[in-house]
This record gives sequence, C-alpha cells and structure tokens, in this order.
Amino acid sequence: MGDARQIIAQRAAREIKDGMVVNLGIGIPSLVPDFLDKNVRVFFQAENGILGMGPTPKAGADGNLSNAAGFPVTILPGASYFDSAMAFGMIRRGCIDVSILGALQVNEQGDLANWIVPGKRVPGVGGAMELAYGAKNLIALMIHCEKDGRPKIVKKCSLPITTYCCVKKIITDMAVFSVSDRLYLDELMPGFTTDDVKNNTEADFVINF
Amino acid sequence: MHIFDKVTDYNFVKTQFFDGMTLLFGGFGGVGTPPGLVDCLIETGVKDVKLIGNDAGFPWIGMGKFICLERATSLIASHIGSNPIAGELMTQGKLQVEFSPQGILIERIRNGGVGLNGFLTELSKGTTLEYNKPLIKIDGKEYLYEAPITGDVSIVYAKKADTFGNLVFDKTARNTNPYVAMAGKVTIVEADEIVQMGELDPEEIIVPGIYVKYIVPSKGYNWKWIWEMPDKSSRSEQPAK
Repeated sequence: MGDARQIIAQRAAREIKDGMVVNLGIGIPSLVPDFLDKNVRVFFQAENGILGMGPTPKAGADGNLSNAAGFPVTILPGASYFDSAMAFGMIRRGCIDVSILGALQVNEQGDLANWIVPGKRVPGVGGAMELAYGAKNLIALMIHCEKDGRPKIVKKCSLPITTYCCVKKIITDMAVFSVSDRLYLDELMPGFTTDDVKNNTEADFVINF
Repeated sequence: MHIFDKVTDYNFVKTQFFDGMTLLFGGFGGVGTPPGLVDCLIETGVKDVKLIGNDAGFPWIGMGKFICLERATSLIASHIGSNPIAGELMTQGKLQVEFSPQGILIERIRNGGVGLNGFLTELSKGTTLEYNKPLIKIDGKEYLYEAPITGDVSIVYAKKADTFGNLVFDKTARNTNPYVAMAGKVTIVEADEIVQMGELDPEEIIVPGIYVKYIVPSKGYNWKWIWEMPDKSSRSEQPAK
C-alpha cells in the first residue's frame, strides 16, 4: 500500500511541467514533490497563505510557517505570504495551473467525491471545492479500489459530491484515465493489464492507447 | 479607554465574553489562533457559544481546546477533521456544524467586515453544502446567495500591535485573522509584541487599528504542534484538502 502510494505520486509528478503553479492536497498528493525532476522549476501554492512554498526545514521548524496540513515548511526566493481571502481568490480566479487532490470516488463525468463518508468520516471539505472549481487542471489520485475490493471509479458516486465535472485526470496504482466527453483509459501502470482495470472499475471507459 | 491606548489585561477581557455570544476566531489548524485568549475564554465558564472559524483545531490546539468542553452549541467551519472530538459531538447532536468551503467562509466574514450584504457564487451549488441558502437567478444562471458574517466578539493573534491596534502578522499565522478582526463588534487582539504608535512602518500594517477594540500581550503558543508529538500516527482525519 505504501509502495502503491509512492508509485501514484511518481506518475503524478510527470504531470507537473516547468513554470507551473501547483497546489497539492493532503495524502498521496503531498508525496509528489519527492519525484519532481530537478529541471522542473515550479511554485507551490499553499491555501493557508504561501505562494512559493519550499521543502520541510532540515532544522529550526517555525510554528508560524506551515503548510495547509499544519506541518513545517520553508519558502523559496520570490515567495509571498497572504491572507485566506487572497489565497482563495487566486484559486477561484483560475491562477493555479494544476491542483492534485486525493479522492474517495470519481465517476465517469469527472464528478469528485472526497470530503465525507456519511456516518463514518466527517473531515469536512476544507478548500477542496474551490480548488476543484478554479484550477485549470484537476488531477485526482487514489488507490484503485477500496480495501474490500469495491471500485472507486464508478458510474455514479454514492458519496456526497465535492464538485461536479471537475476531474480531468485520474491516476491510480493500476491505471491513468482522462475525462473529457467521457472516460478514457490512457495508460496501464506497470504490472497491470486491461482486464485487471476492467475487473476493478465500475465506470465504462474507452481504451485510448 | 482612549483609542490610542487599547492595551488591557486578561481579567478585563473576560468581561467581554458572554453566554450565547457569536465568537469569531482567527487561525488555520491552530496556527494563528490566540492561545492566551482561548484559555481566557475557557476560564470564564461562558457557554452556548456560537463559533465561527476556519476549522475545529486539534483537541489540544487552538479553538479545539474549547470545543472539547461542550460549551459551544454551533460551529461554522470548513472542516473539523483534525478534531475527532468535534466529530463525535456533531454525531451526538451536541454541536451543530455547518460546513462551508474554506474560501467562501472567509469571503463571508470579509463581507461582514466591510459592510456588504452578501455575494453570489456557483460554488457548492447542488451539493450538500448548499443547505437552505437562497438561489438567485441572473441572466439565466442560478447562483447561491452567501450571507455576510459578523460576530459579537472576535479573537485574533498578531505578531505585533501598536497601542492603537494597527496589526502585523507572522507568515502563515496571518490566514483568516485580518478579516476576523474586521468582522467582530468587539475585536480583541493578542499580540506577541506591543509597540508605541509610530514604531510600525505604515506600509507593513495589514489591519488598521480602527477595527480593534482591545489588545492583550501574548506569552506565545502553549500547546505542542502535531509534528512535535512523539506519535504522529495519532493524527486524525484530514480535510479533503
């Protein structure tokens, strides 16, 4: 499982191109920077008020300089601090090139469910709705199936929707999908076959390779 | 109290909190939540508080410390995932929670703070977060009406304040604090450093003192952050983002 998360993050890193502004969600997305090519120069935005967030400090963590999950970070040359209204203003306005979020379910239309499992988990929506709404490109990362084997890429989300028709790409440990007029299977991850993907995906998809 | 000298002490501040008040609080996961004012609030024994802020903190961090005492009746926030006790209270019906997208919540608070009457957005339309917010149709398109938020009392954490209440913040501890400061009828600021008027560069002031009623000195954070805990796996559910 830990390995699967790394594999997903590694594949997601290839979606980040030189010169982009990127917002990363909590969970698997937070692993993505570890796999970025050194020649790819980007700015990470953190919705708690940083544009130009850098890596975890090697020493001397500052309680007032953290990422949106509350963990210490650093800043890069050219970084800025701002308040929450500005942070979400730039998100809604479409200034973020790519937003990479964890997902609980995604359906054929690219509807994203990632904020609540009624009766079980009530974390809340945080900034996910705005990121899904405003980002030019939204990539959803997830382990392909639930622990009990149920598919998470579904015809219709059973969980409450975060945002409708927002996901452009889905990266799992089994495959990479894109969503446009419908769902396309673009790539298989190493060790998986088209049949594996078919057997573990509820949504209909078109093979696109 | 003269507007040029708003500095007071925690004993006086206690008189500003009352049962049933709407309390706005600054901070994001406890970063930028005023630790001394949270403790002061706890010590007063006030109850039936209606809380509005970004999140429920952690059980031992930020407003989470107060929420766990079951003296808040409601909370408007963007997430409660880092405070499982808030989740339990919600499930038991002891805490009424209204979730708001994070940026919409701060914009509602900002609206309250600048004397506007609300705004329209398509965000969260058609989702469970629509609640009973009015839908307004303009040019054939429907939008949700988001009402402004104000509070009886606002509590804010600043890095520096002068005695008029001009405020400077510290890095990501700024977050919701400027707008929380603007939206409270009585805004109380806890500041790491209190200086004389004229000592702050007017260019660096983020919130002008006109919004501030009282200032108290801070002793800094008195909790351990999640990353300082020996067992980080005690970390609870995180928000969707």
